[in-house]
Amino acid sequence: MELVFSNFDLYLSACRLTIGLFLVSAVGSLVLGTLLAAMRVGPIAFMSKAATVYITVVRNTPLLIIFVFVIIGLPKLGILFRSVEELGISSFFFRACLALTLYTSTFVAEAIRSGINAVPLGQAEAARAIGLTFGGTMTQVVLPQAFRATVPPMASVFIALLKNTSVAYAFGILEATARMKYFTNISGNDLPIFLIFAAGYVVLVEIVSFGANRLERRWSVAR
Amino acid sequence: MSQTSVLFDVAGPRTRARYRIYTVISLVVILGLAALLVLRMAARGQFAYDLWEPFLTPDYIRALLVDGLLTTLRMAFFSVILAVVFGTIFGVGKLSDHASVRWVCWSVVEFFRAVPVLMLMIFLYFGYGAGPGGLDAFWCVVIALTLYNGSVLAEVFRAGILAVPRGQSEAAYAIGLRKTQVMTQILLPQAVKIMLPAIISQCVVALKDTSLGYAITAPGLTFVGKQIYTDFQNQLQTVIVVAALYVSVNLVLTWIATWVQRKFVGEKKILEVSMVAETDAGAGLAPGGR
Repeated sequence: MELVFSNFDLYLSACRLTIGLFLVSAVGSLVLGTLLAAMRVGPIAFMSKAATVYITVVRNTPLLIIFVFVIIGLPKLGILFRSVEELGISSFFFRACLALTLYTSTFVAEAIRSGINAVPLGQAEAARAIGLTFGGTMTQVVLPQAFRATVPPMASVFIALLKNTSVAYAFGILEATARMKYFTNISGNDLPIFLIFAAGYVVLVEIVSFGANRLERRWSVAR
Repeated sequence: MSQTSVLFDVAGPRTRARYRIYTVISLVVILGLAALLVLRMAARGQFAYDLWEPFLTPDYIRALLVDGLLTTLRMAFFSVILAVVFGTIFGVGKLSDHASVRWVCWSVVEFFRAVPVLMLMIFLYFGYGAGPGGLDAFWCVVIALTLYNGSVLAEVFRAGILAVPRGQSEAAYAIGLRKTQVMTQILLPQAVKIMLPAIISQCVVALKDTSLGYAITAPGLTFVGKQIYTDFQNQLQTVIVVAALYVSVNLVLTWIATWVQRKFVGEKKILEVSMVAETDAGAGLAPGGR
């Protein structure tokens, strides 16, 4: 236990890396997920099929397999992400984020879709009946309600993502879980160290869940 | 023609023409990407027979299916069964009349829902496993998955029990049943029906998470896959085959869950529990997460 406190900078840098993985992949999967959801609910049958296939396949594949594909498989095709290194970002970090993004975006897409499905058809019909244009129907009536319904499932997705960053451990990234292993290897007294690192995750999860609660309360309306 | 989406009107002739153009464009883009991937694989010699050979050799197929898939299924099976037990105890505990019991159950459930499964596995394996006489990696995976999935199921159980109409327990108390009898004879049997599809969906999560055993050298499909690609240096091919196996088993499970849902519960949404907020009666629509 003292071992962790005397090396607290290592603990903090590991947590920073975990948070970094989380934030970058969260932004990435929001973008990709929104795109997938748009394709899926859009009117073009082929795009919708393509998005459905991607979502079904990736959702049902373990994250670890996706990591193996991105980190060990893609280099076999000569895709090494050299250009990322030139920007001063570790390509390992980038590839871990890519794997997390590919995986999480499918859950984001499903969350958005369930949000859109939660808006009753009558809402759009009523909006058109009072003469709103397509843009008006979307921005004034449908999307605000859809976003509101998206908050709880989206929070679950991001909490899962936060915990999933630990998979990067298996691929040589020194985030919180890897750091825990490092400390337990040295000390031999595992339980307190495990609890300290677990507490870190609990705090982060609580922050995400608290934020989602606030957002939900602020946006909630009496129906 | 009936309208099917809140997002857009039924298309007229001009819109339909525009849709056709978009279809062609997306077709070209997506097929182009696929073709690029295939060409790239071909250029790097990834279609060479040597690299695919293990998946056509009976010995390796047996290793994949028996040592791999079967072990993975066994791990998932044990952890789901144990998780159901864990979930029942803690889910009922969270509804206890005694504040102390409620509090203990609540904190245990919240803790294991917030801690990454992989971290639990590593802690169990390197703390109490590894080395002679320690816990087997197989059981480390099972225990870690039990604690995590059990905590998720505890929430599902609680929501399921709350979803049983109030009149049921009131009637049971009225005919003089005791608290335990109301729970075991009236509420739980009805709740199980509501929860069954959610439990089966949780099997998908458990099955996917068994692959995390890779980090602690636990047996299973991913482990066998690793052995194959270390021998043959055919990472890409192994990933494709292993992923296909996982996806097909999961699709079968999802199909069973939907069937059970339709058979026993009706067309309502599968009971799912959000990670945030203490939603009552499973109001959350969370798409499983993991």
